[in-house]
Amino acid sequence: MAKAPQIDIMRSPLGRARGLGAAKAGAVHWWVQRLTSLALVPLTLWFLCAVIRLLGATRDDVVYWMAGPLPIVLLIALVIATFHHLQAGLQVVIEDYVHHDWLRIGSVLLVKGLSVLLALACIVAVLRLGL
Amino acid sequence: MVARNSDDKLIHRPLSPHIQVYRWPISMALSIGHRITGVGLGIGTLLLTWWLVAAAVSNEAFDRVQWFLGSPIGLLLLFGWSAALFFHFFAGLRHLAWDAGYGFEKPWYDRTGWAVVIATVVATLLLWIVGLAAW
Repeated sequence: MAKAPQIDIMRSPLGRARGLGAAKAGAVHWWVQRLTSLALVPLTLWFLCAVIRLLGATRDDVVYWMAGPLPIVLLIALVIATFHHLQAGLQVVIEDYVHHDWLRIGSVLLVKGLSVLLALACIVAVLRLGL
Repeated sequence: MVARNSDDKLIHRPLSPHIQVYRWPISMALSIGHRITGVGLGIGTLLLTWWLVAAAVSNEAFDRVQWFLGSPIGLLLLFGWSAALFFHFFAGLRHLAWDAGYGFEKPWYDRTGWAVVIATVVATLLLWIVGLAAW
């Protein structure tokens, strides 16, 4: 009986099944950037319309506008998608240009931490205004 | 670059030419432009955060951010932000099309590149015409 065809693969069967690759995280980072960018297409267009609507608005106008069910939800979605997209993108930029290990890891963590804090600040502000 | 050859002698290895010797095709300009606008928009999120937090804090804080955005520097920042946003938006759509497997042929590569530039200029001007009319 002929032997089944075989190719040599250095990666273990378990490693192949997990599909995480050399980056140890698989394609998650790539997917996050694509999915957040897809979400940001309609959200950005909506946000630009909102900006035009709120030009020269007083604080009361903003509160009145944000109390609607749509703006409060879409704004929080926009903030989450934006900062998630931002930290993923800045991480790639930093990893490309910063070659010193600790400086690279430090700045990536700093960017991620700042993104989380800024996003939380935005969300808390939106909830205070809109609820 | 200095390295050792197989006889362990120090020699100069040839270097491939770096980006400054190439003519800049549209694709190169758009590629780095996508990065630069991405980083710029990251700085722009500070404005959004300031505006939202100020609106949540007090009338005085909100008046201050509205005054700043209406000042010449604020308007310049907003103009830059809107242009960067539209560029990143349209160039991002181009990237998504590539991810789906479309637009790699040479003529389309250049054509969609110029389309991004034109769409950015038109959309930015349109936004400001509508915006200034509504203001």
